Amino acid sequence: MTTFTRGFRGRRRGEDDRLPPGQYLTEDFPVLSAGPTPHVPLDRWEFTIDTEAGQTHRWTWPELTALPYEEPAVDIHCVTSWSKLGTTWRGVSLDVLFEDVESTADYALVHSYGGYTTNLPLDDLLDGKAWIAYRYEGEDLTPSHGGPARLLVPHLYFWKSAKWVRGIRLLTEDWPGFWETAGYHNYGDPWREQRYADD
Amino acid sequence: MQADHLDGNALAGPLAEIFAADVSVAVSRCAACGLTGPVASLHVYDRAPGLVARCPGCEEVVLRLVRSPDAAWLDLRGAVTLRIPLGGAGPGAVASAGGEPGADR
Ligand SMILES: [Zn+2]
Repeated sequence: MTTFTRGFRGRRRGEDDRLPPGQYLTEDFPVLSAGPTPHVPLDRWEFTIDTEAGQTHRWTWPELTALPYEEPAVDIHCVTSWSKLGTTWRGVSLDVLFEDVESTADYALVHSYGGYTTNLPLDDLLDGKAWIAYRYEGEDLTPSHGGPARLLVPHLYFWKSAKWVRGIRLLTEDWPGFWETAGYHNYGDPWREQRYADD
Repeated sequence: MQADHLDGNALAGPLAEIFAADVSVAVSRCAACGLTGPVASLHVYDRAPGLVARCPGCEEVVLRLVRSPDAAWLDLRGAVTLRIPLGGAGPGAVASAGGEPGADR
């Protein structure tokens, strides 16, 4: 598939190499949602990591935003076939949040305000691959895009980057999430085009 | 700003691929809150990787439908039952003149 981007953005080197199979480029940011948008007041917002041993690590909004942040510029790929290159975010690396978490679990189940869930191997959240993001393109993350904060795991299809993230449960056995129990792939690597369960 | 969801009539086409009867005119009972009402009254979120139909009372998921190129995935665990109006008497039904028990009134 040949895709053009508008000239005024300039031709970006390697653009074609950055588009996974079956994806097309988009300049806007489509809003996808499986339910009503939760509105979480910041004074009641919290993010938790629950270990398989029953320990809970908890951050309030002021605590999260006081942590050292990163500003990743990443390409994102939605399973509905759009990709968006060079999106910029601000968020806390999960490496920071997992610093004091003791766990031997292999699996993570991410859960959100509003009830959404998604699963992935814990390794895919670590080593600079994932963030709790709260700013997008220099602005606070809007509720429609998952604000106050969403998970950002850009190397997997974007349904794994749970909007309105509320916490992560660490599990010794894999527990499929919302789309993973409804026909979507358990892992979701866009470069291997792992869209559906049988792919 | 436009509504973030459609009504349950949006399910009619996609479900027609699977069911012989029109499920959008069925009556469903929500497994979470027990609310009973027509499938057409569900809130359907279609700007998503699949169709997600939620209860208008409690917003819990009643039905999910994902269509891959070679299969449909249907999750009905959020519905206790679907009452599907059927015109003709089914197998084993006692024949009666006019108005079968299952028919629309
Ligand atoms: Zn309900």
